[in-house]
Amino acid sequence: MADQPLTGGGTGVFAADGWQAALARRSEAVLIPLGALLAGFLVFSLFLLILGKSPAEFFALVYKAGFGTWFSWQNTLSRTAPLLFAALCVALPARLGLVVIGGEGAIVLGGVMAGGLAGAITGLPGPLAIPLLALTGGLAGAAWIGAVGALRHYRGVNETIASLLMAYIAIALMNHLVEGPLRDPASLNKPSTAPLADHLRIGDMPGMDVHWGLAVGIVCCLLSWVLIERTTWGFAARVAGGNVRAAQVQGLPVGRLIVGFTALGGAFAGLAGAFEVAAVHGSANGSLATGYGYTGILIAFLARHNPLALIPVAILLAGFEASSGLVQRRMGLPDATTLVLQGFVFIAILLSDTLYGRLRIFAPERWGRG
Amino acid sequence: MDTDLGLWAIPIAIIGGAIRVSTPFLFVSLGEVLTERSGRINLGLEGTLVFGAMSGYAVAYLTGSPWAGVLAAALAGSVLGLVHGLICSLPRVNDIAIGIAMMLLGMGLAFFFGKPYIQPVAPDLPSINFGWWSDLPQVQAALRVNVLFLIGIAAAIFMWWMFRATRIGLLIRVVGDSTDAARAMGLRPALIRTLATAAGGAFAGIGGAYLSLFYPGSWNEGISSGQGLMAVALVIFARWNPIACFWAALLFGGAGALGPALQSAGFSEGYYLFYAAPYVLTLGVLIATSSPTRAMHGAPGELSITK
Repeated sequence: MADQPLTGGGTGVFAADGWQAALARRSEAVLIPLGALLAGFLVFSLFLLILGKSPAEFFALVYKAGFGTWFSWQNTLSRTAPLLFAALCVALPARLGLVVIGGEGAIVLGGVMAGGLAGAITGLPGPLAIPLLALTGGLAGAAWIGAVGALRHYRGVNETIASLLMAYIAIALMNHLVEGPLRDPASLNKPSTAPLADHLRIGDMPGMDVHWGLAVGIVCCLLSWVLIERTTWGFAARVAGGNVRAAQVQGLPVGRLIVGFTALGGAFAGLAGAFEVAAVHGSANGSLATGYGYTGILIAFLARHNPLALIPVAILLAGFEASSGLVQRRMGLPDATTLVLQGFVFIAILLSDTLYGRLRIFAPERWGRG
Repeated sequence: MDTDLGLWAIPIAIIGGAIRVSTPFLFVSLGEVLTERSGRINLGLEGTLVFGAMSGYAVAYLTGSPWAGVLAAALAGSVLGLVHGLICSLPRVNDIAIGIAMMLLGMGLAFFFGKPYIQPVAPDLPSINFGWWSDLPQVQAALRVNVLFLIGIAAAIFMWWMFRATRIGLLIRVVGDSTDAARAMGLRPALIRTLATAAGGAFAGIGGAYLSLFYPGSWNEGISSGQGLMAVALVIFARWNPIACFWAALLFGGAGALGPALQSAGFSEGYYLFYAAPYVLTLGVLIATSSPTRAMHGAPGELSITK
């Protein structure tokens, strides 16, 4: 896949061009994804029009329920946290040219491991136990997705298919655990692990109704950006993602890079599961598999696998998810409407890959040396 | 007479289950063989399968004819395949990523339009009773074979013959093995691949119709749990050979029948783990058949998944 770059242009080494040429190069990396997003919205609007529904009403409702008031902002931001983690699980391996789509499995497994551990360490004080829960979730996710990376490098197993199979296995494992060994006998209708003790629950950030997962998620995005753009490890990963053979000839530890980056991505997804259990649901159960992992794939591709760009994109898509209920009630649209919209946007963003380097307005040569 | 078979019920249920569960695997993997032999991979067949299940069920319910449903599912699948094929014909578009997007879109559209059809009951596809010689109801149930299963076997044999002995089969193989050679012969690789992807989508759509119109025989949002994806992995296992796809589909169907068979035989402990058997089997097969150093034996040369 060397001739089909997953990572965008615009991050390359700059020649001694003038600022206009540099700006043209930078804008290409921002404007093409933005245009693709709008194109996806446009196709979705046509879809609604054909069904006799008003696109204007739809987007007005999304704005109202997702971003209109402080209350709706809090709802949106609460959903942003797991999406950030899930998107990192796609974006980090993508820097090495890997398409990992099984983040859902790491979320589920991280959540159930944290939920199971919480029952065993109720004696520990919160400040000690909560980091332990997060660590457990992260380690579970790291092992799960890191295994996908190891299979890829040492056995040549396709990581896309393997990661999705691992996600199905993780969900079966969770069902087994919450129906069997970890089941709380008091949970009748919805098998769950025992509810977390109060002092083990992760609370909200000061002044808002949004749990700490958001802050941790944003910090993880910033750290990932530093890792990729400002460290030798990140540089080596980008080289290996561009051309594995060249990286091996240079003596770069490609195997360790692949396992390391997939494991780190998996750790973030596992962390998302731990936060969902400790901050949102209060116990591990089937609610862990709600599709955050799949929305994360779209977010990572929309952000062109740039950890900083993940933040605004994740907030935007969280807004759409937050407004899903209102759209269902007011417009009589099924809950799958969000999924359809995501599908159109996803295809538009992938279609836009064909435009890079072909639009003359973004060509640095056109702007000459300043 | 005594119909309690004890533990013998389990292998009988697995054989019967293998025949019942394998049909969608068979159709999806045949479609994927057709697409991959032309040099492209369509990971979106999971979405095609679900959309085919929904459209087949809806049309069968509205017309009263299950075969109209199968036809509609094939048509819907070929449209999704056509979209995939056309998008991938553009330069620098990643066919694996497009497959993921088509999977999400196909499922989204199926859930969107399928909402009104979750309640109504559509007519089932007919099946032939090969178990008439036995008095045991378990054996009779196991050997009630659906017509689509037989059509799938015929399609596998036909496709094997087509790749081996016909001009169309040769064209698809040339395009799949070398774009440059195909161009030198005056062929249009993008066109042939797009048509192969559309035809492959039709197969996956029929597989979906089997799910909703025979087994499990109803439409709901959880109708497929990765069968479309496993079928893609199954194609690698079957080395892009349609006949081998049939045996692989039976094996995967048997693994899929393990959980329900144990549950119906009275095992209530840990049967969720047996539901994971098909996924574990698929992963194990992938690990066993992949290699980090050499290209896969029998793989089309232009396939991005094995490069």
